Amino acid sequence: MLTHAERRRGIACGLTSFLGIALFAGAPIAVLLSWDVESTQTRLFTAYTWRILRFTLWQAVLSTTLSIAFAIPVALALARRPHFPGRLWIVRLMALPMGLPVLIGALGLIGIWGRQGIINSLLLKLGLEQPVSIYGLSGILLAHVFFNMPLAARLLLAALERLPAEYWLLSAGLGMKPLSVFRFIEWPAVQRVIPGIAGLIFMLCATSFTLVLVLGGGPAATTLEVAIYQSLRFDFDPPRAIALAFLQIGMTALILLVVITLFPALDDAGATAGRSTRRFDGRTLPALFWDVLVILLATAFLILPLASIVTAGLGANLWSLVTSAAFLRAARTSFAIALAAGLLTILVSLAIVAAREAVADMKRPGRTAKGFSALLGGTSYLVLLVPPVVLGTGWFLMLRPLGDVARFAPALVAAINALMALPFVMRVLAPAIETHRKRTGRLSASLGISGLSRLGRIDLPVLAKPLLTAFSFAMALSLGDLGAVALFGSSDLTTLPWLVYSRLSSYRTNDADGLALILGIICLGLAMLGTAGQREAKHG
Amino acid sequence: MRRIALSIFAAATGLFLSVSAHAQEKTLTVYTYESFVSDWGPGPKVKEAFEKTCACKVDFVGVADGVALLTRLKLEDENTDADIALGLDTNLISEAKATGLFEPHGLDISAVKVPGNYSDDTFIPYDYGHFAVVYDTKVMKNPPRSLKELVDGDPSQKIAIEDPRTSTPGLGLLLWMKSVYGDQAPEAWAKLKNRVLTVTPGWSEAYGLFTKGEVPMVFSYTTSPAYHMVEEKTDRYQAASFSEGHYIQIEVGGMLKGSSDKDLARQFLKFMISPEFQDVIPTTNWMMPAAETSEPLPEAFGKLVQPKKTFLMGSDEIAKNRQAWIDEWLTAMSRN
Amino acid sequence: MADGIVLEKVELRLGTRDFRFDCALPAGAVTAVTGPSGSGKSTLLNLVAGFETPDRGRVVIAGDDATDKHPSERPVSLIFQDNNLFTHLDLFTNVGLGISPSLKLSAEDWKAISEALVRVGLGGFDKRMPGTLSGGERQRAAFARTLVRRKPVLLMDEPFAALDPGLRLSMANLLLDLHRETRNTVLIVTHDPDEVGRLAEHAVFIDHGRILLQAPAKEFLGRRDIPAIADFLSG
Repeated sequence: MLTHAERRRGIACGLTSFLGIALFAGAPIAVLLSWDVESTQTRLFTAYTWRILRFTLWQAVLSTTLSIAFAIPVALALARRPHFPGRLWIVRLMALPMGLPVLIGALGLIGIWGRQGIINSLLLKLGLEQPVSIYGLSGILLAHVFFNMPLAARLLLAALERLPAEYWLLSAGLGMKPLSVFRFIEWPAVQRVIPGIAGLIFMLCATSFTLVLVLGGGPAATTLEVAIYQSLRFDFDPPRAIALAFLQIGMTALILLVVITLFPALDDAGATAGRSTRRFDGRTLPALFWDVLVILLATAFLILPLASIVTAGLGANLWSLVTSAAFLRAARTSFAIALAAGLLTILVSLAIVAAREAVADMKRPGRTAKGFSALLGGTSYLVLLVPPVVLGTGWFLMLRPLGDVARFAPALVAAINALMALPFVMRVLAPAIETHRKRTGRLSASLGISGLSRLGRIDLPVLAKPLLTAFSFAMALSLGDLGAVALFGSSDLTTLPWLVYSRLSSYRTNDADGLALILGIICLGLAMLGTAGQREAKHG
Repeated sequence: MRRIALSIFAAATGLFLSVSAHAQEKTLTVYTYESFVSDWGPGPKVKEAFEKTCACKVDFVGVADGVALLTRLKLEDENTDADIALGLDTNLISEAKATGLFEPHGLDISAVKVPGNYSDDTFIPYDYGHFAVVYDTKVMKNPPRSLKELVDGDPSQKIAIEDPRTSTPGLGLLLWMKSVYGDQAPEAWAKLKNRVLTVTPGWSEAYGLFTKGEVPMVFSYTTSPAYHMVEEKTDRYQAASFSEGHYIQIEVGGMLKGSSDKDLARQFLKFMISPEFQDVIPTTNWMMPAAETSEPLPEAFGKLVQPKKTFLMGSDEIAKNRQAWIDEWLTAMSRN
Repeated sequence: MADGIVLEKVELRLGTRDFRFDCALPAGAVTAVTGPSGSGKSTLLNLVAGFETPDRGRVVIAGDDATDKHPSERPVSLIFQDNNLFTHLDLFTNVGLGISPSLKLSAEDWKAISEALVRVGLGGFDKRMPGTLSGGERQRAAFARTLVRRKPVLLMDEPFAALDPGLRLSMANLLLDLHRETRNTVLIVTHDPDEVGRLAEHAVFIDHGRILLQAPAKEFLGRRDIPAIADFLSG
């Protein structure tokens, strides 16, 4: 259905993106591998390595399962209640944890669930002798669910909202009971996107580092990422760090493969007549009660730790913080980096989607073409597993001969952030574009609408919403990221999370709390940007 | 092809940089850690004071911490721009020397006064602090008075400590335990484990938990209470004095072989142990000065714990045993 | 008169199914493509439209070899069962895109679009969005677009299948009226024998990817000697 030029362009875009990513991630690995170490001091695969590998995967499996198990009822309830009071704000709230620096989120959680938190104070008042400790596996799981459940819920909700409005008319017409609606309509829609979401969350949890250490309670809770960090930072043994990174990528890829085999992704069929969704089910009292309960619980679960961040933040002198030169400089830097990262990741995602589309459009794609398409899909996914500290260190070595690294650092950090955001952006964009193509592809082709005209008239108006969502996702991620900056430290490259940490490391907890609050507000703003246009849809 | 293009580009940038550098006054590049150069750290004041005496420009490059500083130097190797590295600690010295990047200072350092009379031909101390358990007086009425009391004490009174795999205070505690307990350290760790609320990747996380009231004790420095007394006017947070003595962390600076102006670098090292520099340290870096200050320290510093005995291990010994000790720690702490 | 559409020894394999079509369809007439579901009716239409390209053989439309041409380069207009309109664009724009894919319209084009909408009974609906229309109205708008495109061939894939019987009748009449005015070649896929009788002059019957019969519609409707066709007509 694509013209030859379009197909060629798609493949070329994909190829460029792939080479770009491969070079960007591969070059630093190659450089680090060739680093001359007199003798690697410790053997790679000791009992220790296996133990942390086992723990890494185990906690990631549990965290992923719990996040998704919680997210499913939340997404179902929100999808069933398009007119729930404050629904739009609840959806926006779900974008917040993503942009929070991890430590800030952890402190917020501790404010609620910690030994001195609300929950324990309540329990102690009720006569409990000892506070319930969240440190250990339970704390890790709690934090991972806090950060990832909203992500899963948002993506699941999007999948449910892509269902044709007719389905709800149909199910009502057929007199389907809630269980049947779930079994025949909701679950198939949800199940299609679960492997992707689960994979994403799994990777995030497997590479989690600060959360695992802070809430894990002791070195029994250690992830491979800690070992990678240790071997690069403390022992300075790059080949070992790379070997561990490969172990991490290999094991995670293996597990993802199993997930994908267990939950094969079905074809995302279905087209709507472009009417807004009206739901006729769930009008019974118990159903209403259940949905309200689920939504309130989820909202409380998210909002309480955020509220504790707000309370702490209000203790700071916000005005003088916001007007300080250091803050303004950091905000400018952060925004420039996030903007660049957001744009870059959107461009790369579009290129990858275009290339996969071009391959799918071939009548009989050869093994190379199919392999290329799979490779693109896999790459855009697994990049999340390449530790930023590895990328940063490798690029540092390569850029050194070109002069002062500090000058390249912002571009480099933006590129690393873009890479990290790629899987998220793909999750948002790929299905939206696929649905859009199914609806308009043949029509556009037969009318000869292509190139810029298709982009401007057919694609952008429909895809503006997912594009904005994806863009705000990517920006929030980049704004909250600290990892990539660490090595380049210079007064020219102070980002907002960096500023938060640096205040913390100079006893200035109050300032850090205030800055965290400001970061949270910025992310809320981005979430509003990402959900812009949803209000109109409600009246449509 | 790409390589050629790269090197041409590199040569061109290099040329440009060197031309523009010559046009200006002399520049002294100092690599240090981030909190040293932050607005409220010693950096700005040190820069101002030194620039007055040297007719030069001081350029600070701040990385995350002392360990990152050494990593960066290793990465840059002989091409480093640094004239001075400021902020390594005594634990890192033998590793730093092994890089072969540093040059003996050849200065008279009799002005330096740190506990244990530490001295070295390459690195000069500029401040120090004893590690200590800092506690919240509102919660802890009977703080431990020795490391043994800490280890054997009530397990419901928790402490937050740092991970020796990722942080310098974490390594400090490991060495302190080793100094006191020797071969019995694993058993002591196994006991202390029950009092440990959590092990954080760095000092900031642990101290954050502490000031948020989540944990009544934290592993920090004897000087930490000074910050709260001076800046927040509260003596709520205090360091516990341990009868066995305290492990010390000495922060040092050294000059690099590749420095473009060694006289200037040496001049800075000399300045580092002069009262102008030392005056700045206590209330900005919240550490003890390593040499005479021109005025007495703020009153709060007089109230701080004064360790009767100081522990410090040779950095060769640390370099040799660090991995084995960390493994020992891991085993003890992971036991159920 | 030249043949309108020729499929010359066309062979195509899609997954495990293979298709072989060899036929010539008369110009200026309405030909119904019919057969049981899954027989390959839509595949034949897709070959003419260009959504599928043959592995072997040629597709000739109005005397020109179109075998390797992109759908937009073929002299055809299309109407599907559904999704004929871009739901986020108003009717005027939807029809206008039929004239110029980049919507560069002259004053004449503007007039032609409004007239076409009037002709299909949607006068004054220029600014309406597709979501606010009934299914019949949406198909009418699609007709309006084929009018302004002025292509010699019109391909329709079950265009009335989603409409109720009364509407189907009036739409069929509209189609015949328009056909009489333009004298274009019409290919309509349908599985409804009544529709074949109502609309078509010729019929092509397809079964298992092969053309079983190609005949005038009247003759086709009377055939009972081929079991597959007999089944179809009685069923």
